[in-house]
Amino acid sequence: MKPAQESKGAAIDLESISKAYGGFKALDGVSLRIEPGEFMTLLGPSGSGKTTTLNVVAGFTDVTSGKLLVGGRNVVGVPAHKRNIGVVFQHYALFTHMSVGRNVAYPLTLRGVDQAERKARVARALDMVKMGDFAHRYPSELSGGQQQRVALARAIVFDPPLLLMDEPLGALDKKLREWLQLEIKRIHRELGTTFVYVTHDQEEALVLSDRIAVFNRGRIEQVGTGRELYDEPATLFVGRFIGDSTVLRGEVRSDGASTALTIAGETVTAPRRIAGETSPVMLLRPEKLAIRRPGQDAAGTTNRLPGTIAEAIYLGSGSKYEVRLDDGSTAIVRSPLTGDSFGLGDKVELCFDGADAKLLAEDSSADATLT
Amino acid sequence: MSASDPTNAPVAQPAAEGRPGWAWRPFALAAPALILLVAVIGYPLFIIVLRSLSEPQWGVQNYVWFFGAPVNLTVLQRTFAISAWVTLVCVIAAYPYAYLMTAVGPRVRLALVLCVLIPFWVSGVVRTLSWVILLQDSGVINSLLRAAGFDGIKLIRTQTGVVIGMAQVLLPFMILPLYSVMKGIDLRLMRAAQSLGARPSRAFFTVYLPLSLPGVYAGAIIVFILALGFYITPALLGGPRSTMLSTLVQTQVLSLLQWGRGGAMGVVLLVATFVLLALAAPVMRSRYREAGRH
Amino acid sequence: MEMKPLTRLLLGLVCLLVAIWLVAPTLVVVPMSFNENKSLAFPPQGFSWQWYQNFATSPEWSASFLNSLKVASVVAVLATVLGTLAAFGLDRMKAGPAGLLRMLMLTPMVVPGVVLAIGIYAVYLDTHLVGTMLGFVLAHTILALPFVLIAVSASLEVFDRRLETAAASLGAGALTAFRTVTLPLILPGILSGLLFAFATSFDEIVVSLFITNPYLKTLPVQIFSSITRDADPTVAAVGTILLLATTLLIGGGMLLLGRERKGRQ
Repeated sequence: MKPAQESKGAAIDLESISKAYGGFKALDGVSLRIEPGEFMTLLGPSGSGKTTTLNVVAGFTDVTSGKLLVGGRNVVGVPAHKRNIGVVFQHYALFTHMSVGRNVAYPLTLRGVDQAERKARVARALDMVKMGDFAHRYPSELSGGQQQRVALARAIVFDPPLLLMDEPLGALDKKLREWLQLEIKRIHRELGTTFVYVTHDQEEALVLSDRIAVFNRGRIEQVGTGRELYDEPATLFVGRFIGDSTVLRGEVRSDGASTALTIAGETVTAPRRIAGETSPVMLLRPEKLAIRRPGQDAAGTTNRLPGTIAEAIYLGSGSKYEVRLDDGSTAIVRSPLTGDSFGLGDKVELCFDGADAKLLAEDSSADATLT
Repeated sequence: MSASDPTNAPVAQPAAEGRPGWAWRPFALAAPALILLVAVIGYPLFIIVLRSLSEPQWGVQNYVWFFGAPVNLTVLQRTFAISAWVTLVCVIAAYPYAYLMTAVGPRVRLALVLCVLIPFWVSGVVRTLSWVILLQDSGVINSLLRAAGFDGIKLIRTQTGVVIGMAQVLLPFMILPLYSVMKGIDLRLMRAAQSLGARPSRAFFTVYLPLSLPGVYAGAIIVFILALGFYITPALLGGPRSTMLSTLVQTQVLSLLQWGRGGAMGVVLLVATFVLLALAAPVMRSRYREAGRH
Repeated sequence: MEMKPLTRLLLGLVCLLVAIWLVAPTLVVVPMSFNENKSLAFPPQGFSWQWYQNFATSPEWSASFLNSLKVASVVAVLATVLGTLAAFGLDRMKAGPAGLLRMLMLTPMVVPGVVLAIGIYAVYLDTHLVGTMLGFVLAHTILALPFVLIAVSASLEVFDRRLETAAASLGAGALTAFRTVTLPLILPGILSGLLFAFATSFDEIVVSLFITNPYLKTLPVQIFSSITRDADPTVAAVGTILLLATTLLIGGGMLLLGRERKGRQ
């Protein structure tokens, strides 16, 4: 995150924004502060409210209630064309009847920028996205990736203090997407503008963002850096949505110092209590799990669960295993190449340190929305 | 802007969804056209229906007269027969033509399209005039026949002449929908059929023809409906023995000033047209959807 | 699809005949228009320009031609404005009412001409619109409207409305977005609607025959009465002029379209 005084970007404050369509609440009291110059990603499954939030900020959608401050000014009720916010769409939205140059010049023409300056700024914006040689082409002559770069140039050419991007790489293939992610990161660094980026791809979010806001069912579940979301998920939904995870469910017993979970006759414990009434589950990251042959000595680990290898995937840097536990659930384990390797059907024991287990409240939507 | 937040000054907004006051806007845009439609189509048709039931006095006497007079029934039957013939001729002529349009290169296709569009755009009266010149007793066809040593044949004021002329005028309405459907047929399906062991002719009849039927159907309905209401071509090319319903309507109203009877005939023609359309619409829609799927 | 050479030949032959049937009959007016005799009998005798002169000088012919031009021009503008507005309205309506209204607005295309003609005639007799410019304009506009609606709707269907949103995000108000983005993109549809509307009016005969009077005739009415009255080759001259004008318009339009498309590629 950049310090505010250095940045040309605007701060954004969403204060309990709600948006209802009839009885359906697309946004249910969303509050979020985005710092000037920050790269904030709105992440979530489709229908979670991330795109609605972006549309609210852009001015394409009215809010039912709440306040929206851009650079300290309440913009609720200000029409989209007076907000001076750049938007990049998934579908490029280039004007097919204008050349690339005229597309990029369009916002400058609207703002009455004189021709000489217009020309210079268009050239600068196109150079920034490495499309400087294409000013005289028409959008229909460009590939998807090129069109999106032109769209990006058009959205930044008028120096908006805020740039919104709505799944801009969604229609592109993987290789191009990964390359453009780096380009977008570079442009963000060079401009110092506040970026708000919508995606449903958690890897993309992790690559790009300073911070990520995870959306679910019209609410924000958690806001934090990628690392915070991965290491300290606030909810089961966040834990499941970001990265691979194993969720252990069982009969819960809790005393003052620790929580124990009994799964198919075996008991595992974690040295913490969970607050609240809902029955907790344990969430474990793949690299915090280890597998051993049954009976093998496993010093240092407190918890063991018997299971069977259901899938073994060689990843180059290591191996990924899916272990079927006796209660029917599946654990995901990543192990380095050194050490034992296992084959399909091998009986194994799953070992982990209770301190690595996150105790989280059960949330039925966490599984449903991931399919 | 949210209605519950009175602190915000009202600002002009771009069209956004869910603002109750804006729902009428599309209707306002369509309103002028609709008003004209009601005034210049709706009201006159209403007057015709009204007159058919009220002149000379209230009742269904005009319809009783229409369906009671053999002459009228003969004309009604002839109108349908001529329309059916015209449709048949159009299907037979248009099918290979439209097919060829899909099978040739862009240059030949342009030529073929122009051949369809130019007569389509040239004034209908002028085209009918051409047919008069061609078909009349001292016309092109008869002069050529006589020059070749044959007897002249009677073409003008015959049903054959009417069918030939009408079919030529209506042919573009058959070719264009047919072409648009055929253009969408995946020719690889024919290859697939042949690879499965079908002879080319069998592949055509079992694969291509069924896929092109929606176009045939759409074109045939349009041609038949337009033919039913044809007036100018039969009036100029036809004789007393090839009178169609439209001519009869015109005679009743303009010559005999029988608004009731003319109106009743018009209503019969109108109802026949709309019944046909109503019958065809659902089939046409589903067929089109099917054709559009691949 | 591969065809046997024989099938290919046969198909080509059939299509050639159809093409001749489509085009040749119309061309027959050309030789007739240079006939020396006042007759439409074939073959024409000699060569003369007199029927073209007659068209240009006879008050009957030139007046009807000017009437048609006037009516068709007004109709083209009026129908294009009304039809374009309606097409936008229908495009922005819910599917249900839009479908119903669209069907209603297309009825002028399928209502049998004579039925419509006697209806309009009846109303015009009551409202004293028979033989008036206004009468012609109103009737022709309603007949031309469906063509404009179809043409503009077709280009609205392929127009991506999200471009308006994009324009708004770049700073364009609703009107500016319409002027700089929407209008240029649907202009081909509007122009072809305009052309269709003009042609429909210029060509209209059935309703015109009923609402005409000796003081106000349009060109098709004049042609029709000339054909039914006597064998005046002036009609052939008029037909030739119309044929030439149409071919030039269509050919030129297609060339222009083709060139523009090429320029963009």
